[in-house]
Amino acid sequence: MADQIIFWILAAIMTVFSILAVTSKNIIRSATFLLFVLLGTAGLYLLLGYHYLFAVQIAVYAGGIMVLFIFAILLTNRPGENVKTEKYYRKVIAGITSFAGLAFCGHIIYWNVNKAYTLVATSELKVQDIGHTLMGTDKYQYLLPFEFISVLLLACIVGAIMIARKR
Amino acid sequence: MGDLLINFLSGPVPIEAYLGVSLIMFFAGVYGFLSRKSLLMILISVELMLNAADINFIVFNRYLYPGHMEGFFFALFTIAIAACETAVAIAIIINIYRNLSSVQAGELNQMKE
Repeated sequence: MADQIIFWILAAIMTVFSILAVTSKNIIRSATFLLFVLLGTAGLYLLLGYHYLFAVQIAVYAGGIMVLFIFAILLTNRPGENVKTEKYYRKVIAGITSFAGLAFCGHIIYWNVNKAYTLVATSELKVQDIGHTLMGTDKYQYLLPFEFISVLLLACIVGAIMIARKR
Repeated sequence: MGDLLINFLSGPVPIEAYLGVSLIMFFAGVYGFLSRKSLLMILISVELMLNAADINFIVFNRYLYPGHMEGFFFALFTIAIAACETAVAIAIIINIYRNLSSVQAGELNQMKE
């Protein structure tokens, strides 16, 4: 019951702020709303029992990516300037597209997903298990993707510095 | 009224509720992607969509395959890739601003100044 109450509060916060984030006129404000959405997502991970992912979400998304966003907004916007939106008919088309998608997927979820689940109470995922799975080379273990991600991160750092440096 | 509320709130959170939240987040992202001109707003919308996909991975993993960790690692790697993508995209946006002094998507009509 406490789970449900916490979930509904988080869900309300996330839906309201994600809609505000894409409709707000002021870009720094929509970045802040995005931060609230990301923190709400971290709360959902905690609620589902994935504590490690909660920490990663807070550190990488709410910490790293949001700082990058604020930094970029302050570098590229004059203070107090409002965001321009597309022309009116483009907005209507965007609204219709997203509502159609929402209705379609909502219909599928409402009628089909119900049949396929049972929530099995499991103990919390141990960090030791995560480490073994991340560093193993057997079936269902992820050393190779992990190494690829590390190379990708390195390439990203080099690429970002190359692109953004002053000539 | 009280009984109804207690009935509604008893038991675990239904999977549709999680999927509904991520659905609304995803289509809010789609709307922002299509209706905004600023590149930074487009990037914020993409972040919303990626985050909704992460929630779906985690929820399906937890509810349908609680003994496995595939969804968990997919979400973990998605977060890492999203961080990479944002860093490079913001570097590109800053470079565009330096060259054209504007970050509106409609005004980017040349490859080189």
